[in-house]
Amino acid sequence: MSEPIAHTRQTHLEALEAESIHIIREVAATCQHPVMLYSIGKDSAVMLHLAKKAFWPGRLPFPLLHVDTTWKFREMYALRDRIAADPDLDLIVHVNEEGRAQGVSPMTHGSAVHTDIMKTQGLKQALSKHKFDAAFGGARRDEERSRAKERVFSFRDRNHRWDPKNQRPELWHLYNGRVHAGESIRVFPLSNWTELDVWQYIDLEGIEVVPLYLAAERPVVMRDGLMIMVDDERLPLEPGEQPEMKRIRFRTLGCYPLTGAVESDATTLPEIIREMLLARSSERQGRAIDKDAGASMEVKKQQGYF
Amino acid sequence: MVADTFDIHAYLEQHRNKELLRFITCGSVDDGKSTLIGRLLYDTQQVFEDQLAAVEKDSKKYGTTGDAPDLALLVDGLQAEREQGITIDVAYRYFTTEKRKYIIADTPGHEQYTRNMATGASTAELAIVLIDARHGLQVQTRRHSYIVHLLGIRKVVVAINKMDAVGYEQAVFERIREEYADFANQLGIEDFQCLPVCALNGANVTRGADEMPWYDGPTLLDVLENAPIGEHDLERPMRFPVQYVNRTRSEFRGFCGTLASGWIAVGDELVALPSGQRSKVGEIVTGQDRVEQACAGEAITLVLEDEIDISRGDVLVHGDRLPRVAEGFDARVVWMNDRPLLPGRQYDIKLATSELAATPEIIHHRIDVNTLQHHPAEQLALNEIGYCRFSTHRPLVFDAYAANPISGGFIIIDRVSNLTVGAGMIVRPVTDALADKSSNVVWHRQSIDKQARAVQKAQRPAVLWFTGLSGAGKSTVANALEQALFRRGHHSYLLDGDNVRHGLNRDLGFTDVDRVENIRRIGEVAKLMADAGLVVLSAFISPFRADRAMVRELMDAGEFIEIHVDAPLAVCESRDPKGLYAKARAGVIRNFTGIDSPYEPPEDPEIKIDTSELSVDECVEELLAYLKRRGILIG
Ligand SMILES: Nc1nc2c(ncn2[C@@H]2O[C@H](COP(=O)(O)OP(=O)(O)O)[C@@H](O)[C@H]2O)c(=O)[nH]1
Repeated sequence: MSEPIAHTRQTHLEALEAESIHIIREVAATCQHPVMLYSIGKDSAVMLHLAKKAFWPGRLPFPLLHVDTTWKFREMYALRDRIAADPDLDLIVHVNEEGRAQGVSPMTHGSAVHTDIMKTQGLKQALSKHKFDAAFGGARRDEERSRAKERVFSFRDRNHRWDPKNQRPELWHLYNGRVHAGESIRVFPLSNWTELDVWQYIDLEGIEVVPLYLAAERPVVMRDGLMIMVDDERLPLEPGEQPEMKRIRFRTLGCYPLTGAVESDATTLPEIIREMLLARSSERQGRAIDKDAGASMEVKKQQGYF
Repeated sequence: MVADTFDIHAYLEQHRNKELLRFITCGSVDDGKSTLIGRLLYDTQQVFEDQLAAVEKDSKKYGTTGDAPDLALLVDGLQAEREQGITIDVAYRYFTTEKRKYIIADTPGHEQYTRNMATGASTAELAIVLIDARHGLQVQTRRHSYIVHLLGIRKVVVAINKMDAVGYEQAVFERIREEYADFANQLGIEDFQCLPVCALNGANVTRGADEMPWYDGPTLLDVLENAPIGEHDLERPMRFPVQYVNRTRSEFRGFCGTLASGWIAVGDELVALPSGQRSKVGEIVTGQDRVEQACAGEAITLVLEDEIDISRGDVLVHGDRLPRVAEGFDARVVWMNDRPLLPGRQYDIKLATSELAATPEIIHHRIDVNTLQHHPAEQLALNEIGYCRFSTHRPLVFDAYAANPISGGFIIIDRVSNLTVGAGMIVRPVTDALADKSSNVVWHRQSIDKQARAVQKAQRPAVLWFTGLSGAGKSTVANALEQALFRRGHHSYLLDGDNVRHGLNRDLGFTDVDRVENIRRIGEVAKLMADAGLVVLSAFISPFRADRAMVRELMDAGEFIEIHVDAPLAVCESRDPKGLYAKARAGVIRNFTGIDSPYEPPEDPEIKIDTSELSVDECVEELLAYLKRRGILIG
């Protein structure tokens, strides 16, 4: 046997990539009926990219699922539709039809109710309907203090509830995805990635992301201290509100009336990373959903929100 | 903070080549672990303003640091957590420098410590053990160090914290360091390093400490930045546990998995275990590229040249460096569930990508993590550690955990609840004729080398060369040591006057020329035996340095261990077990070492034991500890 030709140690991104691919393959190999949640954001983009790599030159052995709250930015839908055009991908779009029939929206029902009905309940419906026993999500542990203890394989009971006391110890890279009928596992392949890792990887691999992450002139109004973009006529203006053109971008993308923009000149990925390094606040700050008590994430998770 | 003018492209270029280091922090409650981690995060700028604001708010409520923000709260949900009754658990934190990205497994010192520490340690390459300088070594320190060692972490950094509270006194630091060194020695921790730090103000954490001019070693961050990563991954035999068979396109059939150790190249001949079928590597696919070779840690897909039947759980290896294939093994087990481990009950285990039924047949003993003593046990309760014999329901491919953590570590799953209830680390196979059948399939075309023989015995060969005066105690100590080795399941052989002088060397006398030839032959025999994978003990006076040096030359580096069994001539002479000194003094025998023939004591023996001061048992203890440290004894 000869020696390895040139061995350089794995870089951190290579190590993270290999770990994520290992996790994705483990699910494909051990779970009956997995699905990958696809929220169109940057983390989803990275997760999908990794999944393609995991099975290349084959195709993904599981479908993608987009739980559509109907309140995403238009550019998000455009990207989703481009992705779905790939004949090698199956994308399932699920909308909570009851919620839609009741006209649930962030404006009329508030962010908490809207998120619960359209996102959390919608997700549960879709998982139950298709009998998925494992669902990949793009969440990372660095997003919030309470996530630091989240497992890579997070167990959910028959009611999709997360019971903090019933999680399984994870040693080495040995994951236990066993479930009884009706139970499921949420799997987070990006657990060990940070926001910086995600952007560096997107830059390095040339992954397509929603253009809203890059700065451009866009119409905005101020609401509850958040800069809300007026994406289209779905956002009724309140009396006296006058959209203003500002150079903005988004650090995180959710439902547009709930997602605050930041003023920015970063029009390229390196500039985004630069801005991030200089930034003084974490990305979650832009999410209206976290504005409640400190423990809100914990509670939401127990209820089945991702 | 990063300056406004900084060059993002230079930054990205530099950060492109960062490495990843995972480490664990362990300490008892209030040793300052959270403060230390908070300090690392804060000083490496991983803390955003809104997070700091949240901490400042919390500090007013729970903090212990007066006006300054309590950095411990950055990492600790603390009260909030306890109020909500959330299990105290392993938390993962991240920070980055220009050189490395770090993943910290943060394990609390209190409840569930064993289970959580084992979990956190399983993926870590380095451990930081915290000691409060005011209190010195605690029972918990021993416990933490033991678990760190059990999980195979080689590099231990002992952070002696709160140096400010002891007036930054060097004497305090030195005392704790010496105490720890003794203990590390006992455990067999070879690579440890003690640092005096103050987490509260960052002294020796991320900055040098003017407060401690007497200390000229590295800071904690320096140690982290320079610790070796994945040091032995490439030298280890190649193991490719097949994770997933990719046939998502009809024309393609690839075997996906993460290369556990070693490296692999296109054209390599592979053996699939346990079946023993062979093929060659046709293609290596990584991401969307085809490459010529891949190294440990890479997630790859292999395409083989032949259509052979391989499924998930099989292991692909090189034919000259085989793992064990057996239906039984002995393993250390950490139990993690409220319902105890019971011998005779059937569980499932998952090792690399193999999942199969297994039964713990016997608990050899339970290990008290505080005293390290072994106790008989009928069962293992939550957080207990035991040494158990398992039988599996079909052949399993594995290595000793010490030789290869990925192919030697497993989790235990309860078949009814599906919970992960324990973790195990294989020490050695339990072989019987049946268990070896699949190994036989693959042996025949290969010449079996020393490495393979040693791996089969789950040990490292060595020649323990006892030298010393007649009556110094060489045979006694060597015999007692061999018995201890035998009890631990090691394969050894003791060469001494009784079994050599009467046969192989019957034709030799005691002239200088014959003495040289005597040692030469013994050396050659020892070499053959070491080649067979044995731990060889030899107990001969071997008085001449040059002869011992010659034997040393015969062996591979690190294999020859010279043990000087020392006792003053007067003591040896007074013992005179065979009456030889008396005869020599009387001139009845000639050329007697020490009387009328010289003894040249070793100048730099690997180890020296003085039998006039130590009992036989103490000598054996010392030798065992040494062999453990050298990695010759596993376990
Ligand atoms: N004097 C002194 N106090 C410290 C130091 N590091 C931590 N502490 C204090 O020790 C207490 C326990 O610290 P904490 O980090 O919460 O300990 P943990 O339980 O190990 O996480 C707190 O009051 C800290 O402020 C230090 O270097 N010097």
